[in-house]
Amino acid sequence: MTPILEIKNLHALVDGKEVLKGIDLVINAGEMHAVMGPNGSGKSTLSYVLAGRESYEVTGGSITYMGKDLTGLEREIRAREGIFLAFQYPVEIPGVAGTTFLKTAYNAIRKHRGEKELDAMQFLKLIREKQKELGITDEMVRRPVNVGFSGGEKKRNEMLQMAMLEPTLAILDETDSGLDIDALKTVADGINALRHPARAMLMITHYQRLLDYVVPDFVHVLANGKIVRSGDKSLALELEKEGYGNIAAEAAA
Amino acid sequence: MTNLSESETIGAATTEKYKYGFVTDIDSDMAPKGLNEDIVRFISAKKNEPQWMLDWRLKAFRMWLDQADEEPTWAKVSYPKIDFQDSYYYAAPKKKEGPKSLDEVDPKLLETYEKLGIPLYEQKMLAGVAVDAVFDSVSVATTFKAELEKHGVIFCSISEAVQKHPELVKKYLGSVVPAADNFYATLNSAVFTDGSFVYVPEGVRCPMELSTYFRINAAQTGQFERTLIIADKGSYVSYLEGCTAPMRDEHQLHAAVVELVAMDDAEIKYSTVQNWYPGDENGVGGIYNFVTKRGACRGKNSKISWTQVETGSAITWKYPSCILQGDNSVGEFYSIAITNNRQQADTGTKMIHMGKNTKSRIISKGISAGKADSTYRGLVKVMPNAEGARNFTQCDSLLIGDKCGAHTVPYIEVRNKTAQVEHEATTSKISEEQLLYCRQRGLSEEDATTLIVNGFCRQVLQELPMEFAVEAQKLVGISLEGSVG
Repeated sequence: MTPILEIKNLHALVDGKEVLKGIDLVINAGEMHAVMGPNGSGKSTLSYVLAGRESYEVTGGSITYMGKDLTGLEREIRAREGIFLAFQYPVEIPGVAGTTFLKTAYNAIRKHRGEKELDAMQFLKLIREKQKELGITDEMVRRPVNVGFSGGEKKRNEMLQMAMLEPTLAILDETDSGLDIDALKTVADGINALRHPARAMLMITHYQRLLDYVVPDFVHVLANGKIVRSGDKSLALELEKEGYGNIAAEAAA
Repeated sequence: MTNLSESETIGAATTEKYKYGFVTDIDSDMAPKGLNEDIVRFISAKKNEPQWMLDWRLKAFRMWLDQADEEPTWAKVSYPKIDFQDSYYYAAPKKKEGPKSLDEVDPKLLETYEKLGIPLYEQKMLAGVAVDAVFDSVSVATTFKAELEKHGVIFCSISEAVQKHPELVKKYLGSVVPAADNFYATLNSAVFTDGSFVYVPEGVRCPMELSTYFRINAAQTGQFERTLIIADKGSYVSYLEGCTAPMRDEHQLHAAVVELVAMDDAEIKYSTVQNWYPGDENGVGGIYNFVTKRGACRGKNSKISWTQVETGSAITWKYPSCILQGDNSVGEFYSIAITNNRQQADTGTKMIHMGKNTKSRIISKGISAGKADSTYRGLVKVMPNAEGARNFTQCDSLLIGDKCGAHTVPYIEVRNKTAQVEHEATTSKISEEQLLYCRQRGLSEEDATTLIVNGFCRQVLQELPMEFAVEAQKLVGISLEGSVG
């Protein structure tokens, strides 16, 4: 079976500085991978490189998504092909209602797949179902995208978008940051609900606490631009106890 | 309720070139090129005008001659000097008798409307909008007249009003924008060819939105429209003005005058979507839009609200204003001005507070892209007797790319110490993060830009009547075409 994502010896520059220094990672359908690491290890860079952010330049290695080279693809094409990035800092778009934003995105993706676009009524019916699952009010989706949202609302909104857009590869960039324990649980429920045998998920996090609620199949430790250790969920617990210090030192050595 | 949550139409629109660029081939009944007293007489004679109207024009023409060197230069726009003798001042589509119904209208005209997406038949049935279509300076089709007449509302061309309602025209024409007001208003007073006239009698709420579609057609014909709207005591009217024009190589001058009069407790809502040909990406061609629009809140508790979406024209010079004479009267100005490529816009408003407890509100959204330059220029003036006057002004500018400009020039004059005047201004750019966020969700860069700009303009878009809001959102996309990527 073809993996959903296959990264080989990936090197990448951010503003001319090498941040990723040879990443190898394979994610198959149905798998949930957690990438952990200290600040500055390249975690967010990895997620932005996968999303195709400007000024993040791939200088070596390869990224293969569903058997195809990803590196030359425009950002929106990656999204339409099923890659979804839940942002660490979801961006405000003043004056644009959440439903308008999401409907535009939803239909762009459907169009790309050669499917019929949904009209307003069909779309509203669908989004209401998803809202219910995530406990998101109509009022929240009518408000301008992320404007004046609390940290928890922003992250729940990302989960709603993910649920609507049904990605093949979901990348969750520090989805737990800035959340209190209740919000964390809600968001974790949202993530768990989206686990699916056909979907691959990559969860990027600094702390172990999210992994209490979303249990990964694999855990990788990123330090200084490389994956230095991989294991199962017990690796996360080990890190929690001992910190990143030792591993980072090993990597540097 | 506007349909602002629907933006799917924008996607298709962003990829369009100026789609209204076509020319209808109808023989024009033209005045000779150039401008002199004989031309003014020619226009007046063509329209069978009474002597008083001709005298009014001639007086204005002589004033214009006196100030012929005083073309205004204070606006932040630049263009080659206009040769006023190198233009035609009258062109009319040929007709035998006035059409009694749409069946009698030249089929080519109807075809033009269809290309513009304004099938009159459908509009009649679906929208309930009465359309007084100004084509090449002469009204050729007026609909819904009967329904309006039932309510005593007069909605006709200004030429017709001169014939049929001379007492109203005499009383109000030039009473808000006097012939001597400014260079272009004076010129318009001398040579205006047609436009709309509306009178809403006391206590009547006009039963439908009144709408005029303008279309500049014959080559090199400067168009000088004259619109006069009077809302008598306790009445209400909403007027929509929408414009598209065919593609041109020569610059075309357009100098309209719009006058609004609101008596006690009356309200006038005037909405414009302006989409004249802006010239190509190098600034060749395009309309010069030098317009004087002004409303007088003459009665107490009266209200005048201007909403404009300005996306077209090579140069826009336009300041829809309110003179708040009546106590407790209200003036509003909601504006979106989009400039792309080499377009220049110097636009804003004047709010003159004269009566007690008068209020004004100014919301201006300027968007510049390409190498365009956009200026908000606004005056808030509080006169000595305007006890308790209030103004709130918000000017937001959005820049797309790094070769365009946005400028805000507010003038505030307060001569009554009980007045409160607030001014807020912001300038921002579409951020890389916003674009990334949208594109990561599957939107193309152009669709993302259109969505973000529509969001930026929302406060103004929601002031528009629904049918206009939809068109305006499409225009936002069309206007920004080619500004990204």
